[in-house]
Amino acid sequence: MEWETVIGLEVHVQLATRSKMFSGASTAFGAEPNTQACAIDLAMPGTLPSANADAFRMATMFGLAINAEINRRSIFERKNYFYPDLPKGYQTTQLARPIVGAGHLDITLGSGDTKRVRIHHAHLEEDAGKSLHEDFHGMSGIDLNRAGTPLIEVVTEPDMRSAEEAVAFAKKLHGLVTSLGICDGEMSQGSMRFDVNISIRPRGQEKLGTRTETKNLNSFKFMEEAIELEIERQIQVLESGGKIMQETRLYNGDTKKARSMRSKEDSNDYRYFPCPDLLPVVLDEAYIEDVRRQMPELPEAKRARYMSELGLPEYDASILSGDATTAAYFEEVARISSQPKLAANWVMGDIAAQLNRQELSIRQCPINASALAGLIKRLDDGTISSKMAKTVFEAMWNGEGDADTVIETKGLKQVSDSGALEKIVDDIIANNPQQVANYRGAAEDKRPKMLGFFVGQAMKASQGQANPQQLNKILLEKLGG
Amino acid sequence: MDRSEIEKLAQLARLEIRAEALEEVADRISNVLALVDQLQALDTAHVEPMAHPLDAVQRLRADNVTEPDCRAAFLAIAPATENGLYLVPKVID
Repeated sequence: MEWETVIGLEVHVQLATRSKMFSGASTAFGAEPNTQACAIDLAMPGTLPSANADAFRMATMFGLAINAEINRRSIFERKNYFYPDLPKGYQTTQLARPIVGAGHLDITLGSGDTKRVRIHHAHLEEDAGKSLHEDFHGMSGIDLNRAGTPLIEVVTEPDMRSAEEAVAFAKKLHGLVTSLGICDGEMSQGSMRFDVNISIRPRGQEKLGTRTETKNLNSFKFMEEAIELEIERQIQVLESGGKIMQETRLYNGDTKKARSMRSKEDSNDYRYFPCPDLLPVVLDEAYIEDVRRQMPELPEAKRARYMSELGLPEYDASILSGDATTAAYFEEVARISSQPKLAANWVMGDIAAQLNRQELSIRQCPINASALAGLIKRLDDGTISSKMAKTVFEAMWNGEGDADTVIETKGLKQVSDSGALEKIVDDIIANNPQQVANYRGAAEDKRPKMLGFFVGQAMKASQGQANPQQLNKILLEKLGG
Repeated sequence: MDRSEIEKLAQLARLEIRAEALEEVADRISNVLALVDQLQALDTAHVEPMAHPLDAVQRLRADNVTEPDCRAAFLAIAPATENGLYLVPKVID
């Protein structure tokens, strides 16, 4: 039977605020455990939450960016459940009146086709803390630094039909929230976490199959793997006469395996009710217009600008505009070097390849934008050849200094002084009369191949530092004579 | 409300209700629900649900870090701690 996959996503996006959703504790990543969990985050008796204005501004920006209706009046509900990383015994979230209503995001697929993914809504809520399950004498350790960090949860309609579409949506969303500056996009730090709802049905059938939810995927690669694995599992279960159980699953990116976490049967009773500690939040037209005016350039606009103003091909423009940090880095390199196309090549080529290899994000790139621009300048002004540039790049990557320092210490300067090059060529012609005679006697179409001998000799004589274009030109002149 | 519903609610709310008290609790909650039934007889189709009894709007707080690190004080009143973590009975999903 031919099966059709149906995928919907719930994405937790950590907002880039300085303080928490309902308290003035810091949200900075990587602090010592529990040093950023204040009395409100710990649910101490007598505390009252106080809502963060920037979280609302960021959620509003997101809503405007996906063409959604912004609810002028939004309220907070309590979602009640017990877990040690949730000290209050409830998560403060939004159910009946989320701040962001229905919207959409268009994705581009590998085939070049565009597809619209509808977003059901997005709501503001607070994150939970972290449970550490290493053994503390049969106990679990709790770090509440993350408790109360503002999130928007973005809920899509079940509009995606393959892992490719789901990943394309995830990347698009990542590019959008980082471009808006409302999330740092650091997936390895949990700044964006994806829950994937997956079901399959016979192609042509309208009724949806029973779905499972694979939770907390924090990389595009794991997301793709987890989806492929779950589709395969569901097909096997159904084709061998079994039934899909509605359940939550966990995917382990190291072992490439998934396991059932809990069945959904009795976990859905969250007994939501409006939070009596928080009044309704009302946003007026002036507020929303104000946010709209302050919206930064979105990836689509950036892509168009890279093509029209910087003259980049569409492919380069799409890749570079897709991620805000990469875009900012590229623009800086292009501005300083005044060579947008070279800048694009390096950022998408050597930089991306090295970052990938070492599993670093562009923020952690050991070569900053002005340093890379410095390298491009030396390449552009002919100081070094493109082959030398690779050596310089590698040294820069390994922290051996900026381009000029590396060129100096490694003696990589290419010889572009025409007097020096002419001298080298003259010597070679004088020392190799036979080869010169052969060359001059050869037919026009045989000559380019024979030129290689002289280029090799000249490169050897200059210790690899002759400017290849200039050397070629001088050789052709002198040999032709 | 019957016994099993009360038991389920108690479980969700992490309340311990002694077996001999279950009947009485079920009766009392049923009485409250009867009152709710009366209210539900009203036509509220055109009434905006009340999110809060006060007719006021939430004031938003500027996004500034105002809370200092008080970990030592909070850890001191916790039943069990280690390496700056609060310890709880082992939780497994």
